[in-house]
Amino acid sequence: MTDAKGPAAGESLPVGGAMRVMGAETEYGIHAPSAPSANATMMSARVVQAYAQVTRQRAAGGAETRWDYTDEEPLHDARGWTVDRGAAHPSQLTDQPPVLDAEAVALAYGREELELDGQDESGTLLMNMVLGNGARLYVDHAHPEYSSPEVTNPRDAVAWDAAGDLVGLAAVRRLAADPALPPVNLYKNNTDNKSVSYGSHENYLMPRSVPFGDIVRGLTPFFVSRQVVCGAGRLGIGQDSSTPGFQVSQRADFFEAEVGLETTIRRPIINTRDEPHSTADKYRRLHVIIGDANLSQVSNYLKFGTTAMVLSLIEAGLAPKIEVYEPVAALKTVSHDTSLTAKLRLLDGRRVTALDIQWMYHEAAAKLAQDTGVGDALDGDGHTHDVLERWASVLTQLDTDRASAATSVEWLAKLTLLDGYRQRDGLEWNDARLGLVDLQWADIRPEKGLYYRLLSRNRMQRVVEDAAIAAAVTEPPADTRAFFRGKCISSFGKDVVGASWDSVIFDVPGYGRLQRVPTREPLRGTKALTGALFERYREAGPFLGELLGHNSTPPAA
Amino acid sequence: MAGQEQQQPQSRDSQVEDDIPEAPPAPPEAQASASTEGVDDLLDEIDGVLESNAEEFVRAFVQKGGQ
Repeated sequence: MTDAKGPAAGESLPVGGAMRVMGAETEYGIHAPSAPSANATMMSARVVQAYAQVTRQRAAGGAETRWDYTDEEPLHDARGWTVDRGAAHPSQLTDQPPVLDAEAVALAYGREELELDGQDESGTLLMNMVLGNGARLYVDHAHPEYSSPEVTNPRDAVAWDAAGDLVGLAAVRRLAADPALPPVNLYKNNTDNKSVSYGSHENYLMPRSVPFGDIVRGLTPFFVSRQVVCGAGRLGIGQDSSTPGFQVSQRADFFEAEVGLETTIRRPIINTRDEPHSTADKYRRLHVIIGDANLSQVSNYLKFGTTAMVLSLIEAGLAPKIEVYEPVAALKTVSHDTSLTAKLRLLDGRRVTALDIQWMYHEAAAKLAQDTGVGDALDGDGHTHDVLERWASVLTQLDTDRASAATSVEWLAKLTLLDGYRQRDGLEWNDARLGLVDLQWADIRPEKGLYYRLLSRNRMQRVVEDAAIAAAVTEPPADTRAFFRGKCISSFGKDVVGASWDSVIFDVPGYGRLQRVPTREPLRGTKALTGALFERYREAGPFLGELLGHNSTPPAA
Repeated sequence: MAGQEQQQPQSRDSQVEDDIPEAPPAPPEAQASASTEGVDDLLDEIDGVLESNAEEFVRAFVQKGGQ
């Protein structure tokens, strides 16, 4: 081996700022206007199936990689992954949940059956794809979900989350071109405004050593207030929108608890799901369920960037020492106040606005970034300075120049559009046309989606160039294990039978059994560590041979 | 913070790479044009994009629960 020089690169990120292993999960609203009673799970499966067909055209293999539900103990490899050669037999994989594709269901039940609102087959339907960009596309109950690959910074989080919108768009186009199927629309929103909500989650890697109580205390006031920056805006007040009006957040009215494990009922501000998808005694994967799905790049960027910085504050023990009185009610108060003047009561007796709280966090984060050096414009980590600048800029604009803020803050952009309609046509808040504007804001088709209409007129700011988003549809991030996962799919897809966040499973001719390659360390399996290996091999067999050290000794890293 | 940006980079003992490792982010659009000018034009365009029969379309958008 000549490519391994010195210590493995990228095993830790600069501490104290906005860099962190993170990722996004987006459940899309799904609707077939010409077949409104069509089964949502079936339609979602069609979306995944359609994307499988798209990628099959684009590249051989890798279209329908199954999700690996097993989570076996690893053997560590010094180069950046762990290998467990002996454990997996083909029979073990049949224990996985069955995978049916839409065509198989159609054969079994008939095309007409798919149009019925059937319950029987939907319960057993399960489809997963692992994509060449390292993401996962699958059916989550009654919605298609795109889970972005792991990235290390908020700019990449925006790029690979927005890439998911293009993945969905490709599937929508494919379905629209099939005369045998009803066209399907996808909406990047979080509620049907009829008392149902579906999530967009964020994930952040943290050291397990940070006490969870510190996380709860440090994050709760931040989550109550951050919606003024990253809320997506919603028409109607209350879970069923029965009270006319407009509010800052899609999700706020659906949260009913402060801390808890649930994600679908009694949703908590702080979710306690503890699936690290990595070395469990080292890491915690903080699962954030309170965010809105964002089309606005600035809102999305600040959602990830500022939250990552607040986690850095918590890890350093430097989060603002504030506690919001009755945070669940305060969350709704903030969401229902588009003037941003409502005062929240703190336990110490102060009364502050959501913007005040955001400034407290900004001040603390800026100080930590300065003290650690990561926030330096030139010698910093390359991300924290920009997050702090944009954060301050947006907070200032929200206070003094809302017209400028409307080019970046999603809820305000949507509200400005709705206000334009209200003024021009004299519409009341409960007018159906405003409801359509709210819904169609989130249509992921650029010709129909109102966010995209504003973007095309440069009325919404970009954080990431269009070309970078397009590239992220097929390319994995270079600096996390998603690189290894994605490259395995795009290079050796026909030999990959399963994958998950922390494993890739090969079935290679000539090998007697399945080869499972665990990837438990999120910052290994990077391009720096494995890129040369992928370039050396065109076939999975020799690739695995070197990776697993068959007929040669594993190279030292 | 804005003042810091204007300062000249201080030379350091450590080697400073000539090329900037990452392109600096574009500043917020100077001509952030959310002024009333063009709103009517924008609404006219969106009128042509909106689905027909708003009431029925919105009513039919019914989702099953999610996370």
